[in-house]
Amino acid sequence: MVKLIANSPFSKLLPKTIGTVTLTDIDSGKMTLVAPFKGQQKLVSDALKSTLGVEFPAPNRTLGKMPRSVWFGRGLALIIGADCPDLDGAACFDHSDAWAIVRLDGTDTSAILARLTPIDLRESTFKCGHTARTLIGHMTGCITRLGVQSFEVMVMRSMAATLVHELTQVAKNIAARPVISA
Amino acid sequence: MRLPCPLCGDRDRREFYYQGHALMLERPLRDAGDAAWDNYLHNRDNPAGETRDLWHHEAGCGAWIVVTRNTVTHEVLDAILVEKARV
Amino acid sequence: MRIAGRGFNRCAPLVTFTFDGQSYTGRAGDTLAAALLANDVRHVARSFKYHRPRGMLTAGSEEPNALVTVGYGAAQDPNIRATTLEIYDGLTARSQNAWPSLKHDAMAVNDLLSPFLSAGFYYKTFMWPKSFWEKLYEPIIRHAAGLGALSGETNQDTYEKAFAHCDVLIIGAGPAGIMAALTVARAGADVILADEGMAGGGRLLSETYDVNGRPCEKWAADQLTTLSNMENVRIMTRTTVTGAYDQGTFAALENIVLGNPEAPKECFWRIASQRSILCAGALERPIAFPNNDRPGIMLASAVRAYLNRWGVAPGQTVTIFANNDDAHRTALDLIDAGVTVAGVIDSRAGALALGDYPMFAGGQVIATKGRLGLSTITVLDCNGTHDIQTDCLAMSGGWNPTVHLTCHMNARPTWSEDILSFVPIDGAIPKMLVAGAARGVFSTLGCLAEGIAVANNTLRELGLIESQIDIPTAENSTYHIEPLWQVDGKGRKWLDFQNDVHVKDIVLAVQENFRTVEHMKRYTTQGMATDQGKNSNVVALAVLADATGCGIPETGTTTFRPPYVPVAIAAMGAGSQGHGFAPERHTTSHKATLDRGAPMMEARLWYRPSYFPKPGETTWLETCNREVAMVRNHVGICDVSTLGKIDIQGPDAGAFLDFIYCNTFSTLRENRVRYGLMLREDGHVMDDGTTARLGLNNYIMTTTTVAAGQVMTHLEWVSQALRPDLLVRFASVTEQWAQFAVAGPKSRDLLNSVLDTTIDDENWPFMSCGSIDVAGVQGRLFRISFSGEHAYEIAVPSRFGASLFRLLTAQAEAMDGGLYGMEALNVLRIEKGFITHGEIHGRVTANDIGFGRMVNQKKDCIGNAMSQRLGLLDINREQLVGLKPVEKTGRLTAGAHLFIEGEAAVSENDQGYVTSVCYSPTFGHDLALAFLKDGLKRHGNRVLLVDHLRDVQTWCEVCHPVFLDQKGELSRG
Repeated sequence: MVKLIANSPFSKLLPKTIGTVTLTDIDSGKMTLVAPFKGQQKLVSDALKSTLGVEFPAPNRTLGKMPRSVWFGRGLALIIGADCPDLDGAACFDHSDAWAIVRLDGTDTSAILARLTPIDLRESTFKCGHTARTLIGHMTGCITRLGVQSFEVMVMRSMAATLVHELTQVAKNIAARPVISA
Repeated sequence: MRLPCPLCGDRDRREFYYQGHALMLERPLRDAGDAAWDNYLHNRDNPAGETRDLWHHEAGCGAWIVVTRNTVTHEVLDAILVEKARV
Repeated sequence: MRIAGRGFNRCAPLVTFTFDGQSYTGRAGDTLAAALLANDVRHVARSFKYHRPRGMLTAGSEEPNALVTVGYGAAQDPNIRATTLEIYDGLTARSQNAWPSLKHDAMAVNDLLSPFLSAGFYYKTFMWPKSFWEKLYEPIIRHAAGLGALSGETNQDTYEKAFAHCDVLIIGAGPAGIMAALTVARAGADVILADEGMAGGGRLLSETYDVNGRPCEKWAADQLTTLSNMENVRIMTRTTVTGAYDQGTFAALENIVLGNPEAPKECFWRIASQRSILCAGALERPIAFPNNDRPGIMLASAVRAYLNRWGVAPGQTVTIFANNDDAHRTALDLIDAGVTVAGVIDSRAGALALGDYPMFAGGQVIATKGRLGLSTITVLDCNGTHDIQTDCLAMSGGWNPTVHLTCHMNARPTWSEDILSFVPIDGAIPKMLVAGAARGVFSTLGCLAEGIAVANNTLRELGLIESQIDIPTAENSTYHIEPLWQVDGKGRKWLDFQNDVHVKDIVLAVQENFRTVEHMKRYTTQGMATDQGKNSNVVALAVLADATGCGIPETGTTTFRPPYVPVAIAAMGAGSQGHGFAPERHTTSHKATLDRGAPMMEARLWYRPSYFPKPGETTWLETCNREVAMVRNHVGICDVSTLGKIDIQGPDAGAFLDFIYCNTFSTLRENRVRYGLMLREDGHVMDDGTTARLGLNNYIMTTTTVAAGQVMTHLEWVSQALRPDLLVRFASVTEQWAQFAVAGPKSRDLLNSVLDTTIDDENWPFMSCGSIDVAGVQGRLFRISFSGEHAYEIAVPSRFGASLFRLLTAQAEAMDGGLYGMEALNVLRIEKGFITHGEIHGRVTANDIGFGRMVNQKKDCIGNAMSQRLGLLDINREQLVGLKPVEKTGRLTAGAHLFIEGEAAVSENDQGYVTSVCYSPTFGHDLALAFLKDGLKRHGNRVLLVDHLRDVQTWCEVCHPVFLDQKGELSRG
């Protein structure tokens, strides 16, 4: 009996290290987009808390490590790393295969992202656990801060190769610079 | 140019898609007649001063917002979610 | 000439570079201009129009003359200012606008012809005949006049663009900027201190006085070290803020030190700030006296910069010509360095010498000599005329505050009689304050004190606690100036050195009634090109005011626009070339598709295969024909993951779809699929596609590939703005699913070879859908057809897409089937009369495409009201029809127009147009879909297809747009 094989969106493009920065392909397993109906967010948040231990996050915030709940836009949370329970008050969309996720670690990660995203990444304003739906180059996606020099970047799965291309180009430019201003 | 998304905070203009005047929120009834529909779809003022227009935080949180701004000074005075603007 | 023991970079390592092929040595930290002057190279350029010999006028970014070309071939970069270009080992620079050489320039003949080449000469001279302009006059003028040239090769250099954010942006790191930064930073706010120079310090790097008891350049370095050690301070050197924009956004250009071909050349920054402080300093201006443009004549402040900063004397015997006190510093510094000062000519009658040098109070320079470099000046004072031998004349007509950024949002500066220049108005840029010389405060002490005061005002506005900082001690001389704009005398008095505009040009403009400042600018080109008149504009305004009899304040300034310095387009568009131009969306079958040699085509951002060539096939058409036949006779596989898929859930999902689509979905049974048509509110068709009902409260909508984003935005609009009452939520699941069409008479057999449970016609009739398991993975199956054949679409989570694609391909090939691309897909759908955005191109209604009855009049929906407008129901509108050539070999072309027999093929007689065509291997001739006036009633008629572009005329028969299987028996079978 033939069995289908699972592939990473990045195929063999990752991991790679450029200058001080390492790019790693992240497979977060199950990912569910949770969209509460009008007036149901509190109810949904309570249900998530009791089953998974993470609430519905406030805008631009994440909660928990694994499972993690990530604010994902207007009235949306992405539940990462666990099966999402049936939620009466919300629409739930399986997004386990919808995203290409790269983790960036290293000294120049902020400098790299400053060349791709218009959002304010200063540590004082974009703290560990903060997240933003924004642009990465020309792509819409999501950036989450995991640590002082660590970020997770998500774009649509089909754009995985472009994300690696963009990150690689800016990382190369930064590595070749005599002085980094970022 | 930066716009204050009610959910995401101040964001660069490139994350937003511009739609037009907030008049689009006041959709006529189906039988309101040609004149009402014509006004709704086609006729707009072009004020030198304050105006309310619709922006979609397309490359951000996906919210449609109503932005009050001044076309002369470019000052942005207010931004609210469309669902709150209708009430 | 380098002066031993002088210059702040006197201990720097040596650097070798070439200029016009000659090798020279300089010191690290030299600009090209400083290094050339150190090697006694004064003549570095030819002027724009008259090809006059020119040297460095300034020592900064405002330089009009000393523009050079760096590098060769694709890396050639023209119009680089020698006064800001830092030298590096291996730098090759060339002079511009001279042939065969800088010294012997053939075009210098223009200078002799200058009486005929006055301002506006080509407007008057090259009027007739009109046809000569493009082919003759313009090329000649462009050849004769101009700056540097591009190589014409594709630029291979890399550039960057980046974003930065701060609480307070401080523009300029001179005395005011440094104190402002210290003040703001101590209060804890995030500071960006941007300066155009290779090091901060501003004028402090070019002067010799003390600040707080330390030599001023050392004091500046100390403060910058303190600042750079603070976590909340970011110092951006070599970074020129080029524009002020809305909501505290600024553009800035960072020059990245060159010499490393791997590194980017420039970085274009967008800086978002809460507050900003402009400490941009001031620029010295020349005096318009006869022949004031010879190499060796430069600004007094530039002479001081070359001497003090780089230890270079720009001449051996220097004279100074000024109307203010400040220029006397130049004389003192030169004497201190052991350079001969042959005289200071001060136009003010009461001016006193500040040191031991010959003084010509009340004097003026009325003539100069020296063809390739200054040799003699003639001075007129109360004792008559004197000739002075001098190879460098330092001039100063006063200082202009650098107000440019304050004017980028429409403000105009005001005239100050105290300093005889323009100063910025308050509130010119929201949330920006101005400090120091940029506001006309010229003493060092004044700048230091203002930096602190303005920074504390900024802190107050931010709600932060002010910093208590002592004002350092520094010189506090008063600035005395008397007006002197131009000097009488024989010869041209140059104003705009870059555009070769002189006083008479302005007078001529006024004579010809170009009297307002903006008209004068266009008539004479005063203040245009790379320097934008930074030195010359104020003097030119004064000359204009004099010629018109208006005052300078009434004359006003021209408009200051961004960028403050030239910005390469490549920097603004950094990263957006090649693969960076737009994201590439790849399906999960992308690699397998490329492996099979399929040429890709773009559908919005997606890449889709055109066709899959087999060995021996030599044209795309040959392959396409085989693929069409393969689908019609056997089975074909095509990746359709690119179509938009929107999952819609909630108790009101059906009601929401009824409002979105013109037809009804709330009545659709579960596990069934329906075709839907979506209108825009103006009654025209927006998009179409199938929507499946997966459960009671769950639908999945399919959009076309190209309209997926537009539809998603539309649904968000309707849901958030128009129908927030509905309990419905939706999300794009396009990326979640890999979906493949399996089409052809053998499609079910193929599926049954891979599905874990087999399917039959009874359980899976046409337009049904549901869950299936395929090779161990749960997926979805839709029995829908875009080819007219018995067909399905099978979907699995994307991680399994590549694997399923391989499996389906292998199974299909074992059944005489295989892969088909977009070309074949297009033929299949035209044969079946299915529309795409070729037909629903934005100007057609449901009626026009024959779907008028789909617009349900029992409910409201988007576009319903306007779709019933009389104009949209007019029977004379063009309606969708099919076209067949009357002769089998007749050629049909897309974009062609349709005409009636006997009528001329002109737009007045236009009957319609062709939207899609193909060669149909099934019918053995071309087919077309077209829009034809009253087309529904004209089936069977003959029309003439005329394609004026491709020179095609073909008689066609009008027919039903569905050519194949009008009853739909194949897809149901």
